[in-house]
This record gives sequence, C-alpha cells and structure tokens, in this order.
Amino acid sequence: MTEQLALLPGYLTAHLQLSLSALLVGIAISVPVGVLVSRIPRFEQPVLAIASVIQTIPSLALLAIMVPLLAALGLPSIGFLPAFFGLVLYSLLPVLTNTVTGLATVDPAAREAARGVGMTDLQQLRRVELPLAMPVIVGGIRTATVWTVGAATLSTPVGATSLGNYIFTGLQTRNLSAVLMGCVACAVLALVLDGLVRLAGLGIVQRRRRMLALALAVLASLFAYAGYSWGRQLLESGSAEFVVGAKTFTEQYILSELLVDQVEALSGTSAKVSQSLGSTVAFDALRTDQIDAYVEYSGTVWSSLMRRREPPPARPLVLQAVKEYLRTEYGIAVVASLGFENAYALAVRRDLAERLGLGKISDLRKVAPGLNIGGDYEFFGRPEWRALVDTYGLHFASRRTMDPSLMYQAASRGDVDVISAFSTDGRIEALDLLVLADDRGAIPPYDALILASPGAQRRFPAALVAMARLDGQITPEAMRRMNRAVDSDGQSPARVAADFLRSLRRSDSPSQAPAEPAPGIAR
Amino acid sequence: MMIEVHDLTKNYGLTPAVRQLTFAVAPGELLVLVGGSGSGKTTTLKMINRLIEPTSGMVRIDGEDAGKVPGYLLRRRIGYVFQRIGLFPHMTVAGNIAVPLMLAGVDRARIASRVTELLQLVELPDDAASRYPSALSGGQQQRVGVARALAAEPRIMLLDEPFGALDPMTRDRLQQTFLAIRQRLRLTAVFVTHDMVEALLLADRIAVLDYGRLVQVGTPAELWASPADECVAQLLETPRRQAASLERLLGTSPARPNG
Repeated sequence: MTEQLALLPGYLTAHLQLSLSALLVGIAISVPVGVLVSRIPRFEQPVLAIASVIQTIPSLALLAIMVPLLAALGLPSIGFLPAFFGLVLYSLLPVLTNTVTGLATVDPAAREAARGVGMTDLQQLRRVELPLAMPVIVGGIRTATVWTVGAATLSTPVGATSLGNYIFTGLQTRNLSAVLMGCVACAVLALVLDGLVRLAGLGIVQRRRRMLALALAVLASLFAYAGYSWGRQLLESGSAEFVVGAKTFTEQYILSELLVDQVEALSGTSAKVSQSLGSTVAFDALRTDQIDAYVEYSGTVWSSLMRRREPPPARPLVLQAVKEYLRTEYGIAVVASLGFENAYALAVRRDLAERLGLGKISDLRKVAPGLNIGGDYEFFGRPEWRALVDTYGLHFASRRTMDPSLMYQAASRGDVDVISAFSTDGRIEALDLLVLADDRGAIPPYDALILASPGAQRRFPAALVAMARLDGQITPEAMRRMNRAVDSDGQSPARVAADFLRSLRRSDSPSQAPAEPAPGIAR
Repeated sequence: MMIEVHDLTKNYGLTPAVRQLTFAVAPGELLVLVGGSGSGKTTTLKMINRLIEPTSGMVRIDGEDAGKVPGYLLRRRIGYVFQRIGLFPHMTVAGNIAVPLMLAGVDRARIASRVTELLQLVELPDDAASRYPSALSGGQQQRVGVARALAAEPRIMLLDEPFGALDPMTRDRLQQTFLAIRQRLRLTAVFVTHDMVEALLLADRIAVLDYGRLVQVGTPAELWASPADECVAQLLETPRRQAASLERLLGTSPARPNG
C-alpha cells in the first residue's frame, strides 16, 4: 500500500496534466464552434452529428485509434499526444450541444431588445446571449470534466501515464488495492474538478465575484502546477533517458523493471518503464524510437509480423529467421535471448485432464465438441489459433474471450474447460492446471528476446551491453516463480525484479562485474 | 427631429406586409399607428430603426437617409420600448438602464447619476436600482423599459404596444407618466397600439393602417369629422359608444384621465 501511495503524486500529476489540458482545448474549440453553429443554422445538424458519432466510439477505442493516426502523420504516436487528442475529441460533444442549446433557449425578447438598444452582433453575443446561456454551458463543461477525468484512465494503454496505471497494472497483477487506489483517486479528482467548475459557474451566474475568483484561482493554480511539472519533464527528457516498454501482462511488468534495473546498475544510464502498452503499440513504439527496448517473443514476430503460415521449423531456426528479419526490415537488434519460452499453450484442469485422458493437444480432438474454450483478447484472432484448429481439427462447443487475469480462474472454477494459457504463467501451477503438449508442432517457439530500437543502438551502447548480459540468464522455472510471486503472492513487479537481479549477481558475481575497458591501441 | 417615411414597402416572400407607406412625423409630434393585427403597424415601426430592413422605400431622420447609417448606430439614437418589455434578466434595473449609456461610451460616474435621474423620471423608487427585473411587477418592468429607452437622451422614441400587456389601472398610470415625460423632453414619437382609446388619449395625429396600407392620417378631430371609409368611422365610433353605454349603466360620467 505504501508502495502504491508513493506512485500517487506522479500518476495524479500526469492525470491532471492530461485531463486539464484536454478539457481546456476542448472548451476552447467547442464553445466558439457552438456559437458559430448557432449563428449558421445550416451547419448545426451536421456538426452536432459529427460530435455525436465521435461520442459513440468507445473511449478506449477512440484513444487507441489516435496511435496509428498520429503515426501516419509522422507525429509521436505513443504517450501524451494520442491520449490528449483522444480526450479533446471526447470532451467536445457535451460542451458543444450545451452551447447550442443554451444559446437557442435565450429569450427572443432579450435578443430583440439587445438589437433594439443598438448593440452590435458581437456585443449582443457577449453581453446578452452568452451570459444568459452560461448556466447551460457550464452544465456541459461539468459533464465534459467528469467524462474526461474518467476517460483519461484509458490513456495508459497508449503509453501516457495516468491514474489508469494503477488500474491496468493492478488488474493484470491481481493487485486489488492498486485498482481501488486508481478508482478512488480518479473519482476524487473528478469530484474536485467538477466542484470547482460548478463554483466558477455559480460565481458567474449569481454574480458572486469572490466565489468565481476563488474557483478560478484554484483551477489556475492546478493548471500552473501541471504545466510546471510538464515543463520540468520536457527539460529532463532532453537529457538521455532509456525507456523500456512493457505490454499489458505481469511477465512484461517484471521484465521491464528488470531491464531498467540492469541498465541503471551496469551502465549508469538513467532508465524508466513505459507501462501497459498494447501489443502492436509496443512494437510500433520501438520501431519509431519512441521506446528504446522491450521484451518480445520470437513466435509473435514469426506469426504476427512475418506472417509465416507454414508449420514452424525448430526453435534455433525460428530465432535465426526472426533476428534476420528484424534487422533487415526495421534495423531492430535482438540484444539477448533471455533463456525461457513463453508460448501460447492450451491448458485444462488437472482432474478434467485425468478424467478425459488428456495429455497432448491431439487428445483433444475427439472431446472438443463437448468442451468450452476461453482465450485472451487476441487469441482467437491470432494465426496460432488458426494453426491449432487446422493442425488438430479442433471444434469446440463454444468459445469465450476474456481478460487474461480472469481466464485462469475461470478454468479452475470450471466456467470454461480449456484456456489459451501462457506457458510461463505462475497461475498454471498455482491453480493446478495442466499444459497440453503441442505434439504436432503447430505453435511456433516463443523465446523471450530483448529488442533494441534503431536509435537505442546508436545512443545507448552501454545500456545494450548491460542488457546483453542477461542472455540465457532466466530459466523457465525462474520466470514462472517471478510471475507467481506477483500474481499469487502480491509482490510488486519492481521488488521481484530487484530480488532476482540481486540473486543473479551474487551467484555469478565474476561474470557480472563490468568488464574492464579494453586497453587503447598499444603504441 | 423629424421622421419622413417615403414609399416604404416590406414583402415577406410574395406576401406584402407593408405597401408603399408615405407619411411624416413633425418634430415634437406624437403619431399613433393603429390597426388590427396583421395591419403592418409593428413592421412599419421596426423599419424606422431598421430592426426590420425595408424591401424598398426610404426612411429619413432629419433629412438623413437612415439606410446609409449602420443599423446599430441608428438604433442607438432612437429610443425603443418593446411590447414584450425585453429587459435583460441577468442585469439589475440599474444595469439595464445603463446599457444604452455604456454603448454610447458614457463614463461610470455619469452613468450612476443618470440612472438615478431616470428612475425619478419614470417614478420608480431609488432602491429599485439594485433589483433584478424578475423582482418587479409588470408595470414596474415597463417603467424600466421606458427609462432604458430614454437613457441616451434620444430625440426620437418608438413604442410598440408598450402598455398592451398591463392591467387597465397600471396602463392608465403609465400613460400619464409617458405623456408627462414626452412633453417635458419634447420627444418626437411613433406609438403603435390596437387600443383606440389609448390612441385617442395620446395622439397628436393618428395613422390608420389596414392590410399594410395607410388608410388615413390626421388629428383625432379630423378623423372623427371626415373618416376616409366605413372602417375608420367604426374605429372612432366604438370607444364613444362604449363610453355612452358605461354612462348609461353607471349613471355617472366615466372617470377621465386628467393629464
């Protein structure tokens, strides 16, 4: 809990930066557009329709769409920018509709009187229409505030830090207190900002200057604080920091912490984790030098990137082909092969396996029509699933897609019979599941590889050397143990990673000592 | 200040609302436009300060073509009292009255003293200044409306059925107030009403409109002596007949406004 609390200032500040800046820009766009649209009735319906369509896109998808969109424009496609643009779009509708509605409901008598006393169009808008529409507009801003603060938690998967980091990591590592922390902090922030906007609105509408001034002063100082820490981050990011990406599951959290630890300890380069990136987001980020390194699995490259459909060859051959492909296509280096595989596998409850006599995947063929299968979000869309179906002729009674953190429990409770497990997942052992052998070699090997971006190879040679020392150092058992320590024992990924490195260095201290710099060319 | 209306016409699509109206209002004169609903009297009034742009024809204010001045500048020189009162609900009484002064660029101190003056002129208590329109009765609200129209010291006033929505006693009192102010300030005014009694009580001259046409214009006495048609005759006959009926019913002379 104290460990979680220590993260709060950073997450809260980042969340504040994102939601406040998106709101401010959103308001700055939607109020003028609302005013314009209410003057030109021809545009009203189309503009409101566009805003409504944007609103119907689920907010997570809206943020995710920004990633390829920004990449296509050649802009930084992970981190602050995609989250920011997504949230700005998301905040438009309530303010826009309320501005239009607010202006439409201004008493025509007041409007005519404004013209009658000789106001210009602008004076009429500023002195009569906007003040009269203000309560409705403020209502829209309040809605947008709550929505934006809530939706900002979804900026974690596109690489922006937010209170969502608590929620995403918490869900993946089964740390409920972290999830709760994220939800509560987010709710409190939403309530506080909403309260401030309400107060400012009341100040305007009831002409209570002191109330307005107070609310604006607090909002302004929050904004100034967010801006200040942003500026500081910008300055710091100028200095070289090594960024390690992590996809959205426990093993990735541990390994990213482990790489950061290793790089900082052995090369003196300061490093940090960019957390909870979507699977393809992580690779795109590496390819475009937005992160410097992350751990990828050879089989994923083989089937998802190289799109190889034939039955995979032996493990070393796949590894060789993957290395070659990454280097020539993207200039990405494979710095180390960690020494374990994390393959897609099919797992069943042990008692079920015994009852049905299941030991390998080909045993499933006859009984599959009477069984249900569960898979993570990607699984049924991945080539591995097609390969399994084609190779073994599997037809299940039904299939369900679920969050990986819930999948294992679903199998152990009997909600589903077969799941798409990851072979290193600690929960396989903990929940007494059995991994079925891939006896016909349908699934490619999944060696865990440290990939380094083209830029990192130039900018951080020392960090690459440090990471290369991890080659072959993590056995499947060690990885499973670490996963289990997080998933079942509730330890933090950072702790588990640090413990592992400490034991590694102790047991192997001679070879882990930094090598002496090679002597210069003798003269 | 003199108002000349020449050949003024307004069509809405193919429907004519006002047809080739020509009349003049002399400096200091009060002309009342009367006619049934749809006769074009309000449209005519609003074309004088270009709240409605004429389809054709011309309005001259003191010889100057009103069409050549930006509309909002024209309207700042002409006081306007609305049928629906049209006070700004988000401003105090003082704030409402101050609007034309502020538009004219009058400084704060002068605005404050002028507001006090105007409240006295329309017979409202000083403490009304800080109240909001919603806290006032209908009659008080229209007094504020009149004060606002007079704020920038216009020489011309346009009034669109200003007292139409008020109860008879309040209307009577406001009419008295208005007559007194008009005489004091020597205003040139055009006043729209469908109430013939009100027209007779206030007018220097009456213009009778029917279906967008000017039927007759003249003093009440002239109209009474030689009505242009049956319609005008009836218009003048009706209040007189009502007064006679009342006299018969009550046996006393009905109370006449004394102003």
